[in-house]
Amino acid sequence: MTTSAAPATSTARPEILDRIDASQRRKRTWFRIQFIAVWIGLVGALIYGLWATDNIDLEWMGTWAPFILGGTAVTVLVCVTSIILATALAIIGAISRLSSNAVVYSVASLYVSLVRGTPLLVQIFFVYFALPQMGVRLDALLCGILALGFNYGAYMTEVFRAGIQAVPRGQREAAQALGMPERNIMRRIVLPQAFRIVTPAIGNDFVAMIKDSALVSTIAVQELLWRAQRAGTQTFHTLQALLIAALVYWVLTIIFSYFQERLERRMARGDR
Amino acid sequence: MQSGYDGPLPAHLGEVIVRTGGIEKYFGDNHVLRGVDLEVRQREAVMILGRSGSGKTTLLRCINFLEEPTVGWVEIDGLRMEADPLHQRNRAHQEQIRQLRLRAGMLFQDFNLFPHMTVLANCIEAPTRVRGVGKDEAVASAERYLDKVGLLNKRDEYPARLSGGQKQRVAIARALCMEPKVLLFDEPTSALDPELIGEVLKVMEDLAHEGTTMIVVTHEMHFAREAADRVVFMEEGVICEQGPPEQILDHPRQDGTRRFLRRFLEDRA
Ligand SMILES: Nc1ncnc2c1ncn2[C@@H]1O[C@H](COP(=O)(O)OP(=O)(O)OP(=O)(O)O)[C@@H](O)[C@H]1O
Ligand SMILES: [Mg+2]
Repeated sequence: MTTSAAPATSTARPEILDRIDASQRRKRTWFRIQFIAVWIGLVGALIYGLWATDNIDLEWMGTWAPFILGGTAVTVLVCVTSIILATALAIIGAISRLSSNAVVYSVASLYVSLVRGTPLLVQIFFVYFALPQMGVRLDALLCGILALGFNYGAYMTEVFRAGIQAVPRGQREAAQALGMPERNIMRRIVLPQAFRIVTPAIGNDFVAMIKDSALVSTIAVQELLWRAQRAGTQTFHTLQALLIAALVYWVLTIIFSYFQERLERRMARGDR
Repeated sequence: MQSGYDGPLPAHLGEVIVRTGGIEKYFGDNHVLRGVDLEVRQREAVMILGRSGSGKTTLLRCINFLEEPTVGWVEIDGLRMEADPLHQRNRAHQEQIRQLRLRAGMLFQDFNLFPHMTVLANCIEAPTRVRGVGKDEAVASAERYLDKVGLLNKRDEYPARLSGGQKQRVAIARALCMEPKVLLFDEPTSALDPELIGEVLKVMEDLAHEGTTMIVVTHEMHFAREAADRVVFMEEGVICEQGPPEQILDHPRQDGTRRFLRRFLEDRA
C-alpha cells in the first residue's frame, strides 16, 4: 500500500539499518556457500569411493548411458499422467468420503481401503495380467499409469479429506450466508484453501511416486529401471547401470521439489 | 405485543420484513430456544441482549438457517421457510434456503473473510457468481461499499494484512454488496482489541441511521442506546422483554433484565 509520505524534516535512514541488512546478506551467502561445499564434498567422496572399487568403466558408460537415459522420458510421462489421474481421483474421493450419500461414501471408502490394503506391485500385476482375462486388454504403459494413479489416488484421498476438514467451518458458513450454492462453495472457497493445506503432504507423495514408478518396469514398460536392468544384465555391468538410473531418479525429485517450493511460496501470497 | 413497542410505532419504520414464528431449537436434549416470535420492520435496528448461553447466536443463525430450527418458521421479505428437522427436504427446498440467505447478510465474530482472495475479490465473488451481476458493475458497487466503510485503499490487499477492525469492515462491505434486505450481526466487535471496536461500531451506527434493517447481537450497551430502535432482551431461550432502548436499559420491568443490567454495570465498574 501507499506508505505515508515522510515528514519534510525527517532524518536520513539510520546507518545501522544498512549495516544490519549487509550482515544478514553476508550470513545468507555464507550459509549457501557452506551448503554447496558440503554437497560437493560428500557427493565427490561417494563418486571417488565407487571409482576406487574399479567398477566404473567409462567406455561402457559411453555406449550404454544414452540407452538408459532414454528411459527418462517414459518415466516422466508415467509420473506426470499418474499424478494428474491421482489428483483427480483424490479430489473426487475426498468429496465422496465426506458425502452424506451412503452409496457414494461406501464406494469411496472401499476404494481407499482396498487400494491401501494391498501392495502396489500386486495392483500393477492385477491390472496387467488379470484384466485381460476379464476381456480388458490394455497397453502396458497405460496399465502402469492406471495402477500408479489409482494407488496414489487412494492415499491422496485421505490427505485431501483431512485438508478439506482443516478449512475452518466459518469459511463454509460465510459462503453459505452469502447464498453461494454448495458446488460453488466447494470449488471456490473450500478446495483452494484445502489445496494450500495439503501441498506439502501431496509433494511428499509425488516424490514417492516418482520412485515407485520404477515398479512398472516389471510389466515391461521401457522406463529408466527397465532399461538399466536390460543394459546391466546384458553386459554384466549391473551396478553401473543401476547407478545411472538412481542418479536420474534423484535429479527428477530435486527438480520436482524445486517447483513444489515455488508453488508453495506463490500460494502463501495471502498469508502475510 | 408483536411489534415490540408499547405505544405507536416510530414513524420511520416500514412494513414487517423479517418474522420468526415459534422458533425452538434443541441441541441434543439442550432446549436452547423455547419459542421465539420476532418481528422486524424495514429500516429498524434491533439489538439483542442477554446473558451468555441465552440463545442469541442460535436465534440469529436460525434466521438464515445456518442452524436448522427444530420447530417453527422464518419469513424474510415474503419468503417463508418451515423448520424441517428430519431433513426430508429435497433439492428444491435447499434452493429455497439459499434464496432465504440471499435476503440476509451475516456478520460473524471472527469475520470469516476468504483468506485466499483480495479484499475486492471477497466483495465481488458472490455478486458475480451467485447473483449474476456483471463484473464491472460488481466492482463498481464493491468500490462504493468499500469506500463507505473507509477501506477503498485496501481493495487489493489480502485479508491477512488487515487489522481486525478493518477485516470486519470489509466483511460488512462484502455483505452489503449482496444488497440484502436485512443484516444479521453476531457480536461483530467481541473479537476486537478495544481500540478497534469504535471504527466498526461507527460504520454500523451510520448504517442504522441510514435506515439499514439490522438485527444485532451485542454487548455494547452504549452502542445499543445510540443506534437501536428497539432492544430485545433474551433469557433462557425466550424473549423476556423488549422495547425502545431508554425503556429497556433505564426502566426494565422484568427481574431478569434488571439482574442482567446490574451485573453488567458492576462488571464494567
Ligand atoms: N452447535 C452447537 N451444538 C451444541 N450446543 C450448542 C451449539 N451451539 C450452541 N449450543 C448451546 O446452546 C446454548 C446457547 O448458545 P448460544 O451460542 O446461542 O448463546 P449466546 O446467547 O450466543 O451466548 P454468548 O453470549 O456466549 O455468545 C449454549 O448452552 C450452547 O452451549
Ligand atoms: Mg453468541
